[in-house]
Amino acid sequence: MARAATVLRPGFGWLKAAVFLAALVPFGMIAAGAWSGDLGANPVETLIHHFGDWALRLLLATLAVTPLRRLTGWNQAVRLRRMLGLFAFFYASLHLATYFVLDRSLLLEEILDDLTERPYIMVGFAAFVLLVPLAATSTNAMIRRLGGRRWRALHRVVYVAAAGGVIHFWWLVKADVREPLIYAAVLVLLLALRLPSVVPFLRALPGRIRRRPAPG
Amino acid sequence: MLIKNSRFGPGGVRPSEIAPKDVWLNRRELLGNAGFGLAALAAPAALWPRVAHAGRKLEDLVKSDWVVDDVLTPLEDITTYNNFYEFGTGKDDPSRYAGAFKPLPWSIQVHGECEDRGTIDYEDLIGSFPVEERIYRFRCVEAWSMVVPWAGVSLASVLQRFRPTSKAKYVAFETVYRPEEMRGQKRGFLDWPYVEGLRIDEAMHPLSLLAVGVYGEELPNQNGAPVRLVVPWKYGYKSIKSIVSITFTEDEPPTTWNRQAPHEYGFYSNVNPERPHPRWSQARERRLGGGLFARKIPTLKFNGYEKEVASLYAGMDLIEHH
Repeated sequence: MARAATVLRPGFGWLKAAVFLAALVPFGMIAAGAWSGDLGANPVETLIHHFGDWALRLLLATLAVTPLRRLTGWNQAVRLRRMLGLFAFFYASLHLATYFVLDRSLLLEEILDDLTERPYIMVGFAAFVLLVPLAATSTNAMIRRLGGRRWRALHRVVYVAAAGGVIHFWWLVKADVREPLIYAAVLVLLLALRLPSVVPFLRALPGRIRRRPAPG
Repeated sequence: MLIKNSRFGPGGVRPSEIAPKDVWLNRRELLGNAGFGLAALAAPAALWPRVAHAGRKLEDLVKSDWVVDDVLTPLEDITTYNNFYEFGTGKDDPSRYAGAFKPLPWSIQVHGECEDRGTIDYEDLIGSFPVEERIYRFRCVEAWSMVVPWAGVSLASVLQRFRPTSKAKYVAFETVYRPEEMRGQKRGFLDWPYVEGLRIDEAMHPLSLLAVGVYGEELPNQNGAPVRLVVPWKYGYKSIKSIVSITFTEDEPPTTWNRQAPHEYGFYSNVNPERPHPRWSQARERRLGGGLFARKIPTLKFNGYEKEVASLYAGMDLIEHH
C-alpha cells in the first residue's frame, strides 16, 4: 500500500541506482587496494580509517536529506534517505568488523578492555549500537508495524549516533583536530537546520530568493 | 629463502652485506612470490607510488653488536609511514612534503652545563666518530612498531667531547624550526620547535644513538635528516628528529608531547606494556610489514631492552614516572 501511494517521477529510478553505485565506490576502491596490496605500511589501519570515514560521511549525507528537501522543495529526495542511512550502517559495520577481526584478532579480553577503558572506543561503539535498531526497522513492513509516529521518534536516535561518531573521531586525534572539526561543524549545521525556529525560514528561503526584485 | 636470510643473530651481519638494495626494496614482493599467501597482501614495493628517496650511501659503516633478531621492516614502510608533524599529521605527509626541506649543510649547537660549548657539524660528526649499523626495534606509542637498521654514532661519545660538568643532570634536544621548508610548522597544533630530553644517564647509555642513516644510506628527510636521536627502549616520540641544538641542563627539560598532554605522555616514556595509554592499550603492538592478517605481537618491557636499561630505573615507580 505504502509503495503504491508513492509515485516515482520518471527518471528517479535511475537517480537511485546512480546513488547506490556511488555509495559503493569507496568499498570498491578499498577492495581493489586490498587486492593489489596497495594499502600502505599499515593496511589494517588504512581499512579501519577508510570505513570509519565513509560511515561518518554517509551518516551526515543522510542527515542532509531533510534540510535539502525543505530548502529545495524536492520531496523525492526523501526516497534516497533510507538507502544512504543503510550505506552508513554498512560502512560502520565494516569499520567495526575490521577492528574486531583484523585489529584485535577477536581477542575478547582486549576488546572488553577497550570497551571499558578507552572513552573514544566506548562512544564509537555506543554510536554503532544505536544504529542497529534503526537499520533493523528500516523496512516498509517495520515502518507499518511501528506506526509512523513511533517510527519517527525511534529514528531521532540517529542524531545521537551521529554526534557519537563525531566525538569518537575527535577523541582519537592526537593533536590536529582540523578534520574532526569539519565533521562537527557539518553536524551542528545539519542539526541547527532542524530547529523549529529555523525550519520555516528554510522552507521560505527559495521563494524569498525568487521574489527578490532584480537589481535595477 | 630471503626471509630466513634477513634474520640475523647477535653476530651482527649488516643488511648491506646480505642483499643489494633492490632486493630490500622488493622484499615484500619476494615474500609474495615465495608463496607466503597472506604476506602477499602487503604492498608490493614495485606498486608503491612514491619513490622513498635516493640517499647517499654512507661509507665505512662499522658492525655493531646491537642488533636484534627480528625481521627487518621494509625501507618503503620506514620511509612512507612516519609521524613527523613538522610536515603534517598524516602518516604519509612527511614522505610527501619533506622534499622541501634542505638539511645540508647542518650543524648542531651544544651548550649549557659543559666545559667546551660549541658546535658540531654534520661532516665532522660522521667523520670523527665511528658510524655503526645497529638494528633496533622501534615502538610508537600508537601501538605499531618497526625493526630498523639505523646507521649512527653513539650519543655518549659525542656528548663527552663537550665535557659535561657535574651540574649536567639532563640533556635537552631541539628540532630545527623552518616553517618555510616544513609546512606543518606553519600551523600551531604543536608548540614549535619540537623539544625532547633525556636524563644524563639515559643519554650516556650505549644504546642511545645519534642516527644519520637507515639501510646504509643517509637519512631521508622524512625520517629526521640529517641527524636524529634514537632511544630504542622509549616510545618513538622521544627520538627527536632533525636536531639543531643539544643543551646540558640541571633541571628536567620540557618535552613537547608532555606539554601537549601531561597525563598521556610522561617525561620518561619508557615502553611499558603494563601502563596503558588512555587511547591505546600498550600490551600488544602491530609490527609493520605483516600484511592484513598478521596478529599483533606482545609488547616487551623497555621494548625488549630490559636487560640493558632496567638498572637505570631501579627503585622507580614506572607507572607514576611514565
